[in-house]
Amino acid sequence: MAERSDAVWGEQGTTPDAIEAALRRLLVERHAENANYVPARVLNMIVFVDHEWSGEIANRLRGVGRYHASRLVVLAYEPRRQRLDARVMIASEGDPEAGELALLRETVVVELGEHHLDDLLTIADPLVVTDLPTLLWSPHGHHDIVQELLALAQAVLVDSVDEPLAQDALERACALTKEAYVVDLAWLRSTPWRERVAAAFDPPALRRELRELSSVTVRHHPASTAAALLLLGWLASRLGWQSGELADRGDALVGRAHTEGQEIAVRLQAAPELQVPGLEGVTLETASGRCLRLDRGPGGMRARSLDRDGAEHEWTIPGASRGETGVLGEGIRQALLRDPTYVPALKAAWAML
Amino acid sequence: MAVLAGRPTGQPEPENPLTAGLERLPVAPTTLVIFGGTGDLAKRKLLPAIYNLAHEGALPERFHLIGVSRREKTHDEYRSECEQAIRRFSRRPPKDDVLHALLENVKYVPGSFDDDAVYAELTKLLDSFEQEAGERLNRAFYLSTAPSFFPVIVEELGRSKLAHHEGAEVRAIIEKPFGTTLEEARELNRCVLGIFEESQVFRIDHYLGKETVQNMMAFRFANGMFEPLWNRNYIDSVQITAAEDIGIGSRADYYDSSGALRDLIQNHMLQLLCHVAMEPPVNFTAEEVRNEKVKVLQAIREPTAADIPAMSVHAQYGPGHSGGEDVVGYLEEAGVPEDSTTETYAALRLEVDNWRWAGVPFYLRTGKRLARKVTEIAVTLKPVPHLAFSQDGSLGVQPNQLVLALQPNEGVALRLGAKIPGTRMIIRPVNMEFLYGTAFLSQSPEAYERLITDAMRGDATLFTRNDEVEAQWRICDPIVKAWSQSAQPLPQYPAGSQGPKEAELLLRGDDHWRAI
Repeated sequence: MAERSDAVWGEQGTTPDAIEAALRRLLVERHAENANYVPARVLNMIVFVDHEWSGEIANRLRGVGRYHASRLVVLAYEPRRQRLDARVMIASEGDPEAGELALLRETVVVELGEHHLDDLLTIADPLVVTDLPTLLWSPHGHHDIVQELLALAQAVLVDSVDEPLAQDALERACALTKEAYVVDLAWLRSTPWRERVAAAFDPPALRRELRELSSVTVRHHPASTAAALLLLGWLASRLGWQSGELADRGDALVGRAHTEGQEIAVRLQAAPELQVPGLEGVTLETASGRCLRLDRGPGGMRARSLDRDGAEHEWTIPGASRGETGVLGEGIRQALLRDPTYVPALKAAWAML
Repeated sequence: MAVLAGRPTGQPEPENPLTAGLERLPVAPTTLVIFGGTGDLAKRKLLPAIYNLAHEGALPERFHLIGVSRREKTHDEYRSECEQAIRRFSRRPPKDDVLHALLENVKYVPGSFDDDAVYAELTKLLDSFEQEAGERLNRAFYLSTAPSFFPVIVEELGRSKLAHHEGAEVRAIIEKPFGTTLEEARELNRCVLGIFEESQVFRIDHYLGKETVQNMMAFRFANGMFEPLWNRNYIDSVQITAAEDIGIGSRADYYDSSGALRDLIQNHMLQLLCHVAMEPPVNFTAEEVRNEKVKVLQAIREPTAADIPAMSVHAQYGPGHSGGEDVVGYLEEAGVPEDSTTETYAALRLEVDNWRWAGVPFYLRTGKRLARKVTEIAVTLKPVPHLAFSQDGSLGVQPNQLVLALQPNEGVALRLGAKIPGTRMIIRPVNMEFLYGTAFLSQSPEAYERLITDAMRGDATLFTRNDEVEAQWRICDPIVKAWSQSAQPLPQYPAGSQGPKEAELLLRGDDHWRAI
């Protein structure tokens, strides 16, 4: 069933009560029209966005498909705006036939100005569905606003590669983890790499070699240092490395980590040829001479290994690229889960800066 | 325990600290060999499932697929067939680059399943993959053939020394039906366990791979409110229905030799019964979960010839109407012998004779060409002990009923009594519904995606154990035999109906079948 918009309501100079009443009325009308329309009840998502970028953010969110939050509240901020305007859209996945269900997804766009910010909580609070988890996202910074809206949210979405400086990004993420569950898109970009590194060393005979890693190189988009740091932080936290500070060598950050008599050379290498945010590849070497190199490739990850006896092997591990839209969708889904390894990885990454 | 050549070495394996927090756990490098690689199941289910695992990056680090089938064809021709099947049946449109990356590692071995040369060629290919990889690869043999070939293939694998492999795991995945009688199931178990150890054997019941069946465990054991009620003191009866509105289609060959009881009750529906009736396992490991299920099956008394007429009904659909159209009866379906006595409808009343369930009837029914497609479990609670309300002018206070719906709309509904708005205290039943699709962002994977992954990981929780399959047959076998020897005419029901009226005779007291 193709998604289509079913019901729209709008009002200029409105109030949160009026918006909430419109939501309830539209839902009742949809259900009366066809009992097979059912409201999705999974997740609220509040997005605080600069008005001039709200179209771009809306496009990104439209692309997430089935990961669309069941109620999306977009607070579009325009500093000079005096009046509170709002639109409510209830979209279905199409016209359900007998025996089918069509989920209804609710989007509320509230346009507000600077003078509404003092009472922002009282505007947003009535618009979220009670008892559903709420995810908060402010893609254009506005840290003070995020701080205020955290009272409504259990999870906050960030993208640590968005900050110009990785150090600021990780510091900000560390601070947020004390107040809410943080879903970091930079961390999610490293998921396939973490899965593959974990799998490469999963055979029992190879697990011991994790303690013998002697060098790790992570290749990354020049603007995605934070993602590379998080991957390195993950290895450090899972393997109990004591890491020193990384030194800036122009196109690379380099340093050393230690564990039980083993020294590990670490390197984060910018890869200007990479066209999308995230990671380009990772190379791990062990003291015994084994080497594993993973790189992005068509249709999956290209793996190259060098055994202790010098034998080389190459193969492809199939997997589809998720693209930036897929990463955002995964970020929304992760708001319902809890990954216990992110915070230790984040802290370990932060300690290297 | 570390395992070398499938045997414990006594050395504890170190943990892999990198797997913590990962949603997808690593699967050891594996070569999957599909016997019946050009068959319908492979094309419709297995190959699309493997593609979807590849798409998600969920296949093992190194993965090879070998199709084995009788027809002569080249590797490239087989790859082309795989591609067509995936494009046609995958739940998501395949991405060309992923599909091609997957197909690069696909090979084909033609030949008869009893031909030693096939296994010699297989051995050569399996060895070549290992040489290329520079490491031992696990081997999973998927038997997706006609059941008559299961013992042939298993014995050939044993004879060719492919059932064990030093330094790697070897697994046999066996499709249903696992025997068509108790004796066949025992004989097949003897054959399989003569070559493989039980820990190497994964007997498929694809119902167990369905998210909603797995969710029954979460529903029962993650919610404290149900457990106090989940026993003979509060539950009046349990009704399990697996109804289909379609006929047998082009499956006359299979269906006429199987029938409704073997097709659905012996495996899927008894599994559902086990999920409803089992005790909470100590943990969710394969052995603990399957131990509890076997206890339920063992608590169901083996029916005697005298019991069977009163606790079972079988019937066949006649001509009728379905989806607004006239449809033919079973005997007029293409390929069905005109004197066939195969049942297309089966219903049983079973009792689980243990402390928790003694006296609670479990009604099971399944059929083709019924009014609607629905699979559900309805748990009816006992009525309230005293009614303070007048029932005049109302539908009456009805017992609470909890319905776990598996198909087509997955969810849970609880029937409650509620007051009708007005000046009088008039009660009517209302439903409180939870719809699975409205509460999660994720799309459920196909059952085969989960089952193939679990088998490659060696997790047997969602597979049927040898004693489990024999316990299922111990219940069903006497019924199959009694029905085949019955001189009574087979009851008929019109296509598109609720089933045969004879099914009412199974019900105890005021019980009634839920509308399909």
